[in-house]
Amino acid sequence: MPKDGGIGASTKRREDIRFLTGKGRYTDDINLRGQAYAHFVRSEVAHGRIKGIDFAAAEAMEGVVKVFTAADFAGVGGIPCGWQITDKHGKVMLEPKHPVLADGKVRHVGDPICVVVADTYEQARDAAEMIEIDIEELPAVLDMKAAIEPGGTLVHEEIGSNLCFDWGFVEENKAAVDEAFAKAAHVTTLELVNNRLVANPMEPRVAVADFESHSDQYTLYTTSQNPHVIRLLMGAFVLGIPEHKLRVVAPDVGGGFGSKIYHYAEEAFVTFAAKVVKRPVKWTSSRSEAFLSDAQGRDHVTKIELALDAENNFTAIRTDTYANMGAYLSTFAPAIPTWLHGTLMAGNYKTPLIYVNVKAVFTNTIPVDAYRGAGRPEATFQLERLVDKAARELGVDPVALRRQNFITEFPYQTPVAVVYDTGNYHATMDKLLEISDHAGFEARRMESAARGKLRGFGIAHYIEACGIAPSNLVGQLGARAGLYESATVRVNATGSISVYTGSHSHGQGHETSFAQVVAEMIGIDAAQIDIVHGDTSNTPMGMGTYGSRSLAVGGSAIVKATNKIINKAKKIASHLLEAAEGDIELKDGKFTVAGTDKSVDWVGVTLAAYVPHNYPLESLEPGLEETAFYDPSNFTYPSGAYGCEVEVDADTGQVTVLAFSAADDFGNIVNPMIVEGQVQGGLAQGIGQALMENCAYDENGQLLSGSFMDYAMPRATDLPMFNVDHSCVTPCTHNPLGVKGCGEAGAIGSPPAVVNAVIDALIRGGHDVKHIDMPLTPSRVWAAING
Amino acid sequence: MTKVTMTVNGKTVSAMTEGRTLLSSYLREGLGLTGTHIGCDTSQCGACTVHVDGVAVKSCSVFAQDVAGATVTTIEGMANADGSLSVIQQAFQDHHGLQCGYCTPGMVMASAALLASNPSPTEGEVRHYLEGNICRCTGYHNIVKAVLAASGQDVAAVAAE
Ligand code: FES
Ligand code: FES
Repeated sequence: MPKDGGIGASTKRREDIRFLTGKGRYTDDINLRGQAYAHFVRSEVAHGRIKGIDFAAAEAMEGVVKVFTAADFAGVGGIPCGWQITDKHGKVMLEPKHPVLADGKVRHVGDPICVVVADTYEQARDAAEMIEIDIEELPAVLDMKAAIEPGGTLVHEEIGSNLCFDWGFVEENKAAVDEAFAKAAHVTTLELVNNRLVANPMEPRVAVADFESHSDQYTLYTTSQNPHVIRLLMGAFVLGIPEHKLRVVAPDVGGGFGSKIYHYAEEAFVTFAAKVVKRPVKWTSSRSEAFLSDAQGRDHVTKIELALDAENNFTAIRTDTYANMGAYLSTFAPAIPTWLHGTLMAGNYKTPLIYVNVKAVFTNTIPVDAYRGAGRPEATFQLERLVDKAARELGVDPVALRRQNFITEFPYQTPVAVVYDTGNYHATMDKLLEISDHAGFEARRMESAARGKLRGFGIAHYIEACGIAPSNLVGQLGARAGLYESATVRVNATGSISVYTGSHSHGQGHETSFAQVVAEMIGIDAAQIDIVHGDTSNTPMGMGTYGSRSLAVGGSAIVKATNKIINKAKKIASHLLEAAEGDIELKDGKFTVAGTDKSVDWVGVTLAAYVPHNYPLESLEPGLEETAFYDPSNFTYPSGAYGCEVEVDADTGQVTVLAFSAADDFGNIVNPMIVEGQVQGGLAQGIGQALMENCAYDENGQLLSGSFMDYAMPRATDLPMFNVDHSCVTPCTHNPLGVKGCGEAGAIGSPPAVVNAVIDALIRGGHDVKHIDMPLTPSRVWAAING
Repeated sequence: MTKVTMTVNGKTVSAMTEGRTLLSSYLREGLGLTGTHIGCDTSQCGACTVHVDGVAVKSCSVFAQDVAGATVTTIEGMANADGSLSVIQQAFQDHHGLQCGYCTPGMVMASAALLASNPSPTEGEVRHYLEGNICRCTGYHNIVKAVLAASGQDVAAVAAE
């Protein structure tokens, strides 16, 4: 095996060459001959009734091809939701219609009302200025608790309530949980907000579609993390296009972080409009438009309680969460505060009884869905803030309280359905204390104090569930999709290999790491292997990339398909070598008869497969190409200990992150360089959530943070160098690579570590502060200090 | 429509423009140089950074007609003459200073301008200089390392991994 090409090597990324030379091909770089440009006219009010739309003047303007309104979409399906939750009374969730263009009512600022299609982008935008929309403004539904009081304004009149569902988990445990609280020696309570965020991948969304009338063939190029999912949702549920007539291509995609999972109205629009106007139609989101139209993240309001016995053992956890759905159900929105949140409430602790209540609420805000971590950051934040608070109330060391309650035996059945296969939480905690020089903290604190600054150290330990997911399980939980992954391995006659994967890379480096896996298995140079992704016309039906699933699920499909290749290649080799198949060994790209020096190399076998002159044709098909679908039998459970060291300026409330250390257990690792990069990026987003980022609406539902001038994105000056370690390894027991997934960990574990650090600094500085809601901006910290 | 001519990546080029045509659209749509990316509409993200007469400029904040006749370098003009990666591009690959690649052209152009004026910057100076370039993927750690490495500094000691 070439040293830098196999599993475990920090192979440099091959995709970098095109990105570093300006040769990347992102969706906005694609222009189709004769394309027209779409410009969306969006609601300027959060809630209102559309009384009339006058677009005659706009349609008469130079270059304008057509103005579309909801009337054009009569007979077209709405944007579907991909997950149905059954509530604690056994009732299915309320599922309002989500039309492609607002029909009768607008329900959030940015809700699309009509679209101008014109020869140029400028003409479309100029014509949009001429459209007159008469809207009767209605009161905006914003506060979640008020929204579900009877008699209030309804976001969707036809469903009769703003309460989408009221989910109890595990409902049968509720009485036992309440009883444990009644008997507790100590109860710690915390009320908190998980602030709404905007994913903001640097590439805004783009969609360009074409329709060929001679073949009835549609092609959609779109910024998606999962082109097959878009093809299925849009083809089957919105536009009624059969899959074989619809090709969806997600070329180079400039980051996603969840926000490019979902099927959006703009994709359906351009695909539909291309047929109507008989020419390709392109839409490119501006950043301002992205703030108004990309699904947003988090936005939970929670009360959580922890019951402890007299020895400080956790005996029960009870939570009460309001989860904001926004104005419509985005593709996976109902799954986030439920199955991706409630099932993680055990964290790393052997709490025997847990009850989670989640009320999902419609409001006149932009829809909310998964954002990096998706439900798991919300669970981790609650739990790790709560445990820290409990330690303070009890006067015990927060590390010791965590250790005392750590799960130490695996597999571990949690009281919230999931079974952790492996982990070693003491090891990650030990590693964190080592790499963060926890022992030296007091000396550093004194040094800060000498400069008049408050220094604090905060710890969080997280668990997450990745590698989603067993299809039969998620089917029972309400998913309207399977969550397997697919791969086709096509070996060419001269031995090079094209791997077609259903996963999608939008920054994760699959083209490099997936090739490392195949190179290792066969023992050939990774340069002979290409990874192909992102086009439904050449990749097998796959579910795409999110939930840190690509290597654990997509990589497993590649392993499975490659094993099929190796098995067949061994049959061919046994024929060529005139030996029993069971005696053939594959090593370093060479097939050898065990115990002899008789061998045939990789190319000898691949050539024989395609030029089958000396070949067992009676028992074996020619060719060397295999497809596999891998459906995981469990989630994977990465875990880790994170430590944040901050300095607080008590005069201004300014928080500076001085150091951040992460000790993760991701199971086995294919490319350490890529893994470290994933963690660093996740940490930046988590620190951003904790200190800076906030998606805010005013009392009328106007988005206050609608650009990079008002929404604080972490910049290079806001962050330290990171101290990232992944040497603690408990391999996953149920996938062939023993991998767990690393994409979201950084964003999950870091917010509570940061907030715990700030609270620690303030308390050590003599300020009795129990909690501050994120983001911990200078004004909020200053206000907390000054009572 | 007015024809605007300038020197881009060493070649004299021209394209038709309106008064409101930004340098970024002149490059992307007029010349097909799509390596220059658009990440915002408020001149905040730096994805569109190019060099105009040797100075790093956010091309979305300049009208094409205002820089007629200028010498412009974009990411497409940064590789060595033989097509191999330049020192700074190579450092970004070596130190994994990019993930999705969308901010990357702007980061490379800004970093090159920094190193031209400050050949051996400190970590703090790199971070300060790149404040106008947003990256959502990397957390900046490896970008900072790449720039320091491109300046010839030993980055092994910059931060433990
Ligand atoms: S596109 Fe120019 S600064 Fe964002
Ligand atoms: S690499 Fe994706 S935004 Fe920087």
